[in-house]
Amino acid sequence: MTDPVNFSIISSEIFLLVALCIIMIVDLFQRDKERKLTFMLTQISFVVLFIIGVQNLGVAREVAYSGHWVLDQFGTVLKLAIYVTAFISLLYARPFIRERNLMRGEYYLLTLFSVLGMMIMVSSGSLLVIYLGLELLSLSLYALVSLQRDSNAASEAAVKYFVMGGLASGFLLYGISLVYGMSGSILIADINQYLANNDSSLMIKFGLVFIVVGIAFKFGAAPFHMWLPDIYHGSPSSITAYISSVPKIAAFGMAFRILEGAFGNNTADWASMIMIVAMLSVVLGNIIALVQSNLKRMLSYSAIAHIGYFLLGVSVGTDQAFAASMFYIIVYALMTLAGFGIIIFMSSEQKDYQQISDLRGMGRYHPWYALMFSLVMISMAGIPPCIGFWPKLEIFRILVTNGYVFEAVVAIAFSVVGLVYYLKVIKEMFFVDATESPNVSTSRSLKIALSVNCLLLLMFGLMPDSIYQYCLSAFASLS
Amino acid sequence: MIELSDYLLLSAILFAISVAGIIINRKNVITLLMCIELMLLAVNTNFIAFSHFLQDPAGQVFVFFILTVAAAEAAIGLAIIVVLFRNRATIDVEKLNQLKG
Repeated sequence: MTDPVNFSIISSEIFLLVALCIIMIVDLFQRDKERKLTFMLTQISFVVLFIIGVQNLGVAREVAYSGHWVLDQFGTVLKLAIYVTAFISLLYARPFIRERNLMRGEYYLLTLFSVLGMMIMVSSGSLLVIYLGLELLSLSLYALVSLQRDSNAASEAAVKYFVMGGLASGFLLYGISLVYGMSGSILIADINQYLANNDSSLMIKFGLVFIVVGIAFKFGAAPFHMWLPDIYHGSPSSITAYISSVPKIAAFGMAFRILEGAFGNNTADWASMIMIVAMLSVVLGNIIALVQSNLKRMLSYSAIAHIGYFLLGVSVGTDQAFAASMFYIIVYALMTLAGFGIIIFMSSEQKDYQQISDLRGMGRYHPWYALMFSLVMISMAGIPPCIGFWPKLEIFRILVTNGYVFEAVVAIAFSVVGLVYYLKVIKEMFFVDATESPNVSTSRSLKIALSVNCLLLLMFGLMPDSIYQYCLSAFASLS
Repeated sequence: MIELSDYLLLSAILFAISVAGIIINRKNVITLLMCIELMLLAVNTNFIAFSHFLQDPAGQVFVFFILTVAAAEAAIGLAIIVVLFRNRATIDVEKLNQLKG
């Protein structure tokens, strides 16, 4: 009870909180319509956080605050991924929100708050801290989605997101309350200890079902996916890019902390549930994405499919499988950012880009960007030179080596089905004639950010080890 | 003497009512908000009952946090409903059908 308070363990969270307060006050006194200073300060705080994070790499696992807080390699790697993706998403957002009268300080502040929530989620040591981080994240995201106040679609998306998010939190909490009642503690380490010494009772399994449903809801995995396409479609594109990428990384952190951290001794209790959810997501996501003509909706169904592949890795439940899943989710975040980056890039002040057919003529009039978009699609489909291939391969390899051959075959088959709609986008860009040039953004910063993001997909694809070794190291230090 | 199982039964019934309310309700978004609150209260009942029978204060602390978060959540939810009402002049759940495909 009397362990001395050690602030160095939560230095990055404290830094972000202080930076947030300063940025909030600075933003109040800004006359600048462009919010340049707010933007710069936000990005600088991400850079500083990244530096702090890099210094925490390789530090031995530390537990503090009576076990409620954990600093380990796993959390640090996830946090680094969160900083990078949030940084890129704000670069994308700037020209988009300028044209849509969304250039307000709240945009940056809510992003920072949600990042703080995610940081808390990935390094929590108790179910209470996980819940608080999750709610800080969710509440900021609800507000972000409804930020475009005059948009009919955005407000509808916000209501749906709010209700579904509330439902998911409710399920998660109900499960947590049952687990607490049976094990007598909210600390993840204590629950793990309890389950190592006792058989899991029916009540624990009952609670675990609710927890898994809550997690699946948060990921948007089938059969709890129905909210996801609507929210992705309705929110402003720059916010879709954000909510589809960064929170997934944190949600993985939460899933790992709960499922493996607390229930690591009872893998059999949750693995089959996650496996069913994963297979359903792979099948449903890929099939429904086939018939979408709206690129935003297509990407959201492909997101469901990707979550399915990622959960396949989680359901195996070994350290290696978790490393592969972590690799998958980080890569997926980078890919989906680039994917929604395309939509931001093609949107003009008058019209939000929506239909896949609007891409016609890209190959002829803007060959460089057509090439970049093809890289994104190839990467999402999982074709070799791009990074998307490697995590998929790793997941399938782990499935097969652990004896899930049937599941691996089905997943690979639906990966081929997925090719159809990814290649459809490439076909529209290069092989369908168009008489006029499609609309593209003129913002130079967006062009550079998008090109760098897409080239990164290719570059990491040529040396996948650069990310994967960090994912592996996160789990090597745990055991 | 009221047993632990009685409390658990009560909270399970409350939880079921709130989930049914969210699924069945086709009229008003405010009702959805109330159902979400009810769901959190069902969880709170669980926590307090366990906390009492385990003689462990952690559950009660958890409840305080849930109550605080629920207040913040209700504030944001109502704000979103105001935005929705301004755009549509209605908060009918059935009319939330613009996004589909």
